[in-house]
Amino acid sequence: MWDAVFDWIIYFFLILGIFFNLLAGLGLLRFPDVYTRLHAGTKCTTFGSIFIIGSVILIGLKAWIFNTPEVANSPDVLVFHAAVALVAILLTNPTGAHALARAAHRSGVKPAKAVIDELENKPSKKEVKK
Amino acid sequence: MIQIEPVYLGVLGALFLAILMAIIRVIKGPTAPDRIVGLDTINTIVIVSMVIFGLAVQSVIYIDVAIVYAFLSFISTLFIAKYLEGGEF
Repeated sequence: MWDAVFDWIIYFFLILGIFFNLLAGLGLLRFPDVYTRLHAGTKCTTFGSIFIIGSVILIGLKAWIFNTPEVANSPDVLVFHAAVALVAILLTNPTGAHALARAAHRSGVKPAKAVIDELENKPSKKEVKK
Repeated sequence: MIQIEPVYLGVLGALFLAILMAIIRVIKGPTAPDRIVGLDTINTIVIVSMVIFGLAVQSVIYIDVAIVYAFLSFISTLFIAKYLEGGEF
């Protein structure tokens, strides 16, 4: 019985993850400027990746607990390595997005339809040092 | 003999659609940061599909490759961002 519960949760997580990853692609196509595209392309893929890799972890846990034939050999190794991959994505993706947004603003890309830009006259760190 | 279940194949197909939309943004993108955002998205989705593929063909080595790919793509994104910013390394 708990077997079937695991199955339903796995399917739900897979559908949710695919939905958010497709939403990321769609937002990347349809949004007007760099910052909104960054918003779609990074946050949605991070959220979708949590669910897809979470479903992989659940499949491994199910094979580990109930000895089901989804994972033939060593499901514990699969669970731990998928968890490490998830931690890698969670650590690196927001950091890269922040660096990209800062680089885009400093290289002179303006937000589309923005009324004010509060960071416009703010000196960067190097100019303060001089 | 590789035997991939239809569920995993459907997941990989949907992720490929997302990658395709990001590729269109990389080709079309008006500015350089647009293209880099598209590349970053492609990197994340490729990591996820590597994990799914490693489960589908029953070999954990693909997941290890995905971990290393995640950190390498992070480093490349940081370097390209630093380059766009125009600062000293």
